[in-house]
Amino acid sequence: MSPPRLRTRKLDIRGGRVDLSHGAGGRASAQLIDEIFRAAFDNPFLDQGNDQAAFDVPAGRMVMSTDAYVIWPLFFPGGDIGSLAVHGTINDLAMAGAKPLHLAASYILEEGFPLADLQRIALSMARAASEAGVAIVTGDTKVVERGKADGVFITTTGIGMVPAGIDLSADRARPGDRVILSGSLGDHGVAVMSKRSHLGFETEILSDSAALGGLVADMVVACGPSIRLLRDPTRGGLAATLNEIAQASQCGFLIDEARIPVRPEVAAACELLGLDPLYVANEGKLVAVVAPDATDGLLAAMRAHKLGRAACVIGEVTADDRYFVVMTTAFGGGRIVDWLAGEQLPRIC
Amino acid sequence: MKYIDEYRDGGLARLISATIAREAQAGRQYKLMEFCGGHTHALSRYGIEDLLPPQVEMVHGPGCPVCVLPVGRIDDAIRLAMRPEVTLCTYADLMRVPASGGANLLKARAAGADIRMIYSSMDAVLVAEAEPARQVVFFAIGFETTTPATALAIRLADQKQLANFSVFCNHVLTPPAIRAILDVDHLPAGERVLVDGFVGPAHVSTVIGTSPYAALAAAFGKPVVVAGFEPLDVMQAILMLIRQVNEGRTEVENQYIRAVTPEGNLIAQREMAEIFELRDSFEWRGLGALPASALRLRNTYAKFDAERRFTIVPVPAADNPACECGDVLRGLKKPAACKLFGTVCSPQTPMGSCMVSPEGACAAHWTYGRFRDRVGAGAPRQAA
Ligand code: SF4
Repeated sequence: MSPPRLRTRKLDIRGGRVDLSHGAGGRASAQLIDEIFRAAFDNPFLDQGNDQAAFDVPAGRMVMSTDAYVIWPLFFPGGDIGSLAVHGTINDLAMAGAKPLHLAASYILEEGFPLADLQRIALSMARAASEAGVAIVTGDTKVVERGKADGVFITTTGIGMVPAGIDLSADRARPGDRVILSGSLGDHGVAVMSKRSHLGFETEILSDSAALGGLVADMVVACGPSIRLLRDPTRGGLAATLNEIAQASQCGFLIDEARIPVRPEVAAACELLGLDPLYVANEGKLVAVVAPDATDGLLAAMRAHKLGRAACVIGEVTADDRYFVVMTTAFGGGRIVDWLAGEQLPRIC
Repeated sequence: MKYIDEYRDGGLARLISATIAREAQAGRQYKLMEFCGGHTHALSRYGIEDLLPPQVEMVHGPGCPVCVLPVGRIDDAIRLAMRPEVTLCTYADLMRVPASGGANLLKARAAGADIRMIYSSMDAVLVAEAEPARQVVFFAIGFETTTPATALAIRLADQKQLANFSVFCNHVLTPPAIRAILDVDHLPAGERVLVDGFVGPAHVSTVIGTSPYAALAAAFGKPVVVAGFEPLDVMQAILMLIRQVNEGRTEVENQYIRAVTPEGNLIAQREMAEIFELRDSFEWRGLGALPASALRLRNTYAKFDAERRFTIVPVPAADNPACECGDVLRGLKKPAACKLFGTVCSPQTPMGSCMVSPEGACAAHWTYGRFRDRVGAGAPRQAA
């Protein structure tokens, strides 16, 4: 740790609140960073006290990704904005087949935000990062006047290394490839919505928010070159993900509703809320498009990992000059799974 | 959930599908209209078309409340919402419905109007109670299904003596619309939709019962089968209609016995009659002005009537001339036959309200069914 600085009183984390001085760059800012973020993230990069982190990187291909988190409510069953901000960016890196290395985090805090909540979020980020084997190496904090933000907004940026020989990209799907889904749909979105009081609805559903780096590493080891692409179906759900791939790869999809896992509680909640699980956000699931002959191998590798136990083939890539995602319904007919018009529900991530 | 799954069972669907294929006579056409947008949605969402033989054709009807609301009424709502003292409470479906001159409620809100999206009519009452300085107007639309909830909201506002709550009432009635579809003798041949039977409303019928359809079935000689909104309900109703057609019967049958009785919900009917009265005439998109087809607040409740409180003067307004919603709503045209379908009109940029509401025929076909339109399917369409 750095040498102690001259300070009379520690932050009153239990009863204190963020005020404008915490973002002014003076002593109060330094104290907030020290006692909340550095204390939580505790790593040598931050301890150097620089405005940037310096580190050596191995030779090879690097990926970088950034994402802003404005989820509301900040705390939801199965996670909070902190864990989500870590998982989300790690997952964006992992979808390139990369091993996530480092994260940067910046915060926009609203004046009056309880310090206890901020600490809870920082500790949750620290836990999520260490579980995923990454460090939060640099960051920034700004405070805006009351009413100009909603508690806290977090932006995380991450970098990761792609193993040699791995080239995953949304434009690589080819007709005949298989589509694998790592687990059940809709848990995150429904968990968040259940917390939103105006929907007047309570469930025991937990968000699936999780870092997928470990699962991806196992998949890459098992059949790296045969994996065409990975995507995590977050905002817009599986429907948006498949449509994006269809556009990028200029292909279509044919999927089978009966094979898509949805927990009964989630299905029931969606029914009540008038949502379609295909469009609901996930934060700990991935879609893999894989060459047909590697399907079984990849499935086995996924099912051996705790985040891929329920992995299954849900359909295949088709040749379609209109790039349609078509689904055979469990009822027996066909339908399109289209892009969502408008937003299904805002501030889900 | 188990309750719901029972009505979506693929195995049972295949059984009914096989029975329909067996009983629908070859060389005969069965043109069946599903009145409700809810049925249109179920047909499209579950791909029921794929489970019907070619001689059975489903025609979409006008039973989508958002779709039949004339442009002028949306214009009125926007004008109301633009008044500085007014907070307009509306269901989310209405936000993107096209008004005159490319306007809609979403744009009005961006331009500063105080428009709140709510989930039930009661929410509007709560807003009025919480914000006594605002004139809160509930944009009420719908068939008989939603009318009792509006009645309840008015009663609640009355009990709470809320002086700042009112209702912009656009509630319409189902039987006059069915009559308008069937009463074709005065129309030129090209404008007649000759349906062989009706899949009757689900939720509407829970309120009004099945008896109001009897006079229509008898007068026009068409069978009606009231059906639930689950896909197996619809399949079963189709089978029942085919049997009626085959046997030359023109009865009102009830497939939806788990929710619908012949007389309906008498309490809800009494509540509606207490608060609302018939308008002499009301303009329907697609169907034109229909006599005794819509409701307004009775004089006793006039103080809750936004049309009287704010003296709304109707300004004539026309649909986009290229929009074929009128013909689509009467079952004369399929959505894909509209030249705007998928070119300039899509759910992202709707030209008509049939493309906005999830119950609208155009939206349902765009969202679920358009992969079947192989004709003219050259270049892929631009998605958002
Ligand atoms: S496609 Fe659009 S413009 Fe054409 S009838 Fe439907 S809603 Fe109207």
